[in-house]
Order: sequence, then C-alpha cells, then structure tokens
Amino acid sequence: MAQDFINLLADLKEEEVIALTKKRLADKEDPLKIMEDARKGMEIVGKRFAGGEYFLPELVFSGELLTQVTNIVKPHLTGSGAKVKKLGKVVIGTVAGDIHDIGLNIVEFMLDVNGYEVTNLGVDVPVEKFVQAMKDTKAPVLGLSGFLTPAFDAMKETVEALEKAGLRKNMKIMIGGGQMDDEVRKYAKADAFGKDAMAAVTLTNGWYGKK
Amino acid sequence: MEKPWAELSWQEKREQRFKRWLSPPGVKFASPKAEKVYKERVTRFYKAFTGQVPDRVPCMLPTGFYAAAYAGTNLGTVMYDYEDMKRAWRKVLHDFEADAYVPPTLVPPGRSLDAIDYKLYKWPGHGLSKTTLSYQAVEGEWMKPNEYDDLIRDPSDFWLRTYLPRVFGAFKAFSSLSSWTAFEEIPSTAFMSFGNPEVQAGFNAIMKAGTESLKWFGAVVEVINESLYMGFPGVMSGLAKAPFDTLGDTLRGTQGVMMDMFQRPQKVHEAMERIMPIAIKGAIDAVATAAAPIIIMPLHKGADSFMSLKQYETFYWPTFKKVVMAQVNEGIIPILFAEGSYNKRLDIIGDFPKGSVVWYFDQTDIYEAKKKIGDKLCIMGNVPSSLIMTGTPKQVKERCKQLIEVCGKGGGYVLAAGANVDEGNPENLRAMMAAAVEYGAY
Repeated sequence: MAQDFINLLADLKEEEVIALTKKRLADKEDPLKIMEDARKGMEIVGKRFAGGEYFLPELVFSGELLTQVTNIVKPHLTGSGAKVKKLGKVVIGTVAGDIHDIGLNIVEFMLDVNGYEVTNLGVDVPVEKFVQAMKDTKAPVLGLSGFLTPAFDAMKETVEALEKAGLRKNMKIMIGGGQMDDEVRKYAKADAFGKDAMAAVTLTNGWYGKK
Repeated sequence: MEKPWAELSWQEKREQRFKRWLSPPGVKFASPKAEKVYKERVTRFYKAFTGQVPDRVPCMLPTGFYAAAYAGTNLGTVMYDYEDMKRAWRKVLHDFEADAYVPPTLVPPGRSLDAIDYKLYKWPGHGLSKTTLSYQAVEGEWMKPNEYDDLIRDPSDFWLRTYLPRVFGAFKAFSSLSSWTAFEEIPSTAFMSFGNPEVQAGFNAIMKAGTESLKWFGAVVEVINESLYMGFPGVMSGLAKAPFDTLGDTLRGTQGVMMDMFQRPQKVHEAMERIMPIAIKGAIDAVATAAAPIIIMPLHKGADSFMSLKQYETFYWPTFKKVVMAQVNEGIIPILFAEGSYNKRLDIIGDFPKGSVVWYFDQTDIYEAKKKIGDKLCIMGNVPSSLIMTGTPKQVKERCKQLIEVCGKGGGYVLAAGANVDEGNPENLRAMMAAAVEYGAY
C-alpha cells in the first residue's frame, strides 16, 4: 500500500491519493510513515522535473496534493516525531526591487526535496536582510533570484554588502532567473549562475561535496 | 472600382495598411529629407517583417524606459510629471540615431492608477522603492476557481462586477451593482444599485482617472508627433495577448491556471475560447486609427520553462494561433514576442503562412530558429540585455555583427535586444545601431 501511495502521488492522481490517505489512517497506520511516504513521492516528482518529464504545472499540482495530504494527516500526528536529517542549509531570496517568486519557489521546492534545509526570504529582500540571514543561519550557500534587468545592480549590491560584513569568504553565491546569465554573474561577483532549478541543486550538491 | 475590404486577400489588406503607414494621414514632415528617411525606414521594417530583403537590417533599440535613467530622472517621477517625461523622451529622440522611435506610451499615468487604487501592479513609489526602474505585476488569484462559469457566460459582466472590484480598489462596491443587461423594457429597480454612494465614488474615481489620462496622453502625443515630423516611425501600435496568458497572468494567476490544467481542464479550454474573440477585436481596433499595422504579442506562460511541449500544444497554442491568424487575415502583422526561451517549440511555431508573422526571441537559440523557420518567417532579437547593460560597446557590436551575419542572411531579420534595457552605457545602444548600419546592408 505504501508503494502504491508513493506512486499515486508521484503520478499526481488526486482522487486516489486522497482516498488512500484516508484509508491508511482508518487502518491505523502510523501517520509519520504516511508523511514519510509523501516525501518519497515528492522526491520522485522532483526527479521527473529534473529529467524533463515534469514541468511547472506538475510541480505546482504536486505541491497542492502534498498540502491536501498533510491537512488530512496532521490532526493524527501526535508529538513532534523524529525530524528528517537534512544535508545542509541554503538561504534563497529575490533581490531588492524585484517581486517575482515563481522561479524562487521552484528552487526552494527542488532544494527541499533533495534534502536541504531552505530558508526562503521571499521577494524584494533588502540587502541588510540577506546579511542578517547569513549571520543567523550560518548557511554556506546563498541563492539570489531576480527576473528583471534592474536585479543586476541589486545582486551586485547584495554581494558587496556580504563582503563588507566579512561574510563573503565563508559562502558560495549562486544567481538565477529571467534575464540572468554568466555576464551578470561576473558583474555581480557571484560564484555561479544556474539556468534552472536543477542547476541550483547541482551547484549546491557540488559545494556540499555531495554527488 | 476598388474591391470592398471584406473581399481583399490578407496580402492586399496588408498592402493597404502599409500604404497608410508609409503616408500617415495628417503628418507634416519637418523637411523633405525627414519624409524621405521616414519612408525608407518604414519600408525597411515592412520588408524585413514580411520576410523580404530590405536595403539593410533594421534595428529596434531596446529603450523601453531607458529614457528616464538616461535623462537623469526615473520612472517613478515621469509617471507623475509629464513635463519631465517629455523632456526625457525628447532627449533620447534627439540624441540617438535610430530606425524607429519608442514613445513613452508604456509609461502609465501614475495619478490615474492612484485614482482607481490599482492593485494588479506595483510601481516605483507605490509598493516598490522610488528608484526601481520598472513596474511589476502582482501574482494573485484575481479570479477564483469556482468562477469559470461566470466568466464564460458573460466576460464583460464578469469584468465589471467581479474582476474589477478586486483590482480597482475604488470599484470595491461594484460587486453590488446590478448587471447592465438588467436594463430591459422600462427600468425601475435596475437603477437602484447606482444610487449607492460607494458605487458613485467608484464612478467618480474612474472619471478622474480618465481626465488625468487625457492630460498624460497630450504629452505622449506631443512626443510621438515630434518623432514623426523628424522622420522616425513608430513600430508597434498595440498589444494583444494569448488567451492562456490572459487567464494565467490576469485572472487565475500562474499557480491557479496550472492547478486548473489538472483539476478543470475543460473549463480552461472553454474560458480561452471565450476570451479569444475579445483579444482579436482588441487588436483590430488598436490598429484601426494607428499608422503602423503592427501588434505586439508578449508571450508569457507558454515558454519552455513553464510547460511541456505537449501542454503547450494542448493548452497554449490552439487559441493563440487563432488570435494570430485573425490578425493576419485582417492585414495586420503580429510580432510574437517569445519571452524566456522557445527552444522546444521551434518545430511547431513556423506553422503560419509565409511572411505573415514575426517571431521575436528573447533567449531562444536564434541561430537554430533561423534554420528552422527563418526561410519562411521574419525573426527578430536577441542581443542579450545583460550584455547591453554590463558589457562594453565593442562586445555589443561584435555580438550584433554575428547576429546580422547569421540571421540576416536572405532578409527577414530585425536586430533587437532580448528584453528592454532600463539603464546603462548609452554607447552600448549606439554600438547596436552602428552594427546595423555597418554590417547590415544587403
């Protein structure tokens, strides 16, 4: 039943997934086990996205299915349960003056299903907020997102502020989104440019020394 | 005797519209020379757009809001100060040699937006910092998933009483209006909702927005007229959208429309079929009084990274293609601006009559596009905006040269940037134009 559940979620079968979630709860299965299976299903979704089989609509819809499953299971969860061990921390955000978040959220999704603890600072993030978040989390990886051309300067200013705060040498910075490319990477003095969400995972894996 | 419009072929209609663009009624040129270069420029664009060989490759400079930064002001200021807007745009008009001129039509009148309390966008000083270089759309679910049937039944009524009350703060009370179609036979109760003081305040607000936009347009038109007198044609007369984008950008939001593709695909199709004729009518109306018979269609949610090819073919392409073909059949040239990349769409997007539409590419591999559709349709693009903003004039010129050499072969190419550039070294823009002049002659 667990394998069915994982596959149904990965195949985005809404009605079947919801029915099976309810059935497993009725059968007194451990709610934590159901959530763990949901995570495995999402991992497959992430793989299919990375492999070009799934696109944004599938990602958005899988997120909706996960929310529905979580809402059904949540009341049955007792205590905190053992937390899944994460591979490491990553901070991401869309730079100041830019309010686009579609790409940002895909990057969060992909890093999350690939085992990272992601702090998503949201959109139009002021330079100081990035600096503070890097101090607070001590994350060694920062992802800057931007859609429009004005983001070039905001990225540059963010990187410079991190230099000034003495934090730059302890971290790797990747940029991505809309009009970003390697020219902008050089201009902003970031470490890497990624063309899509999978690139963000590959870069992060590389920096964490994970294959 | 002249054939009636309805009996003309699409090429004949287009030819008539071209003649009007070539000699726009009411335009007095500053000099015979200005008139001569105007006609040369129009002909250059027309030939390239229709897939023919012009005298040389035309160049569109990516100066969307560039004028503001160039003249030392900013978008947030010129949206409210029309004199400053005129000053900035006239400065670009007089300082740059160009094939066409981009007027300030896309600088919206700030006070009109304020008057109706617009919520679909944020702009400098209004949700974004005063110095931000552009306005940005606010992603949201402006139409709820259970409202498809309302939209499909009567889009205008849906707009007035459901959608606008959400995006115009001043129209909040319009959700309580009775429908205009309630006025039938001798009306009595149908008047009542218009007596609501909040509804009346909404009407006052849009009247104020209207008055303000007339002032704004007076300034815009002054700049447009000056550019025409000097011999610079305008190229784009209006904007149309793919029905999927209207649904995904404006109504349901990206997240919403993508959920609907799974949860209520049939409603998505029905809604797009309903939106389609409205988009077509809008495009045709926009060119009716304009000089250039050209509509730009900025394409958003059909890009490679947004959906699979199969989803594109199922959801995006069919109604989009109908909107495009309806324009072509009316003698309009649609410029299809593929924002992001369209690398995975190249095998299908050439499916239009030879020389009928222009594909304008942002980040698509344009050399591949030239191979696949370049012998049939005009292509346009794609000097990277990042290069124009951060590179040197030499690098920009070199890139333009390559583009001209490959994409310009056999005609049907317009040199343009992948996206508008809002600030940066003016010499990089001059380098683009210089490349067109130096390397673009046939």
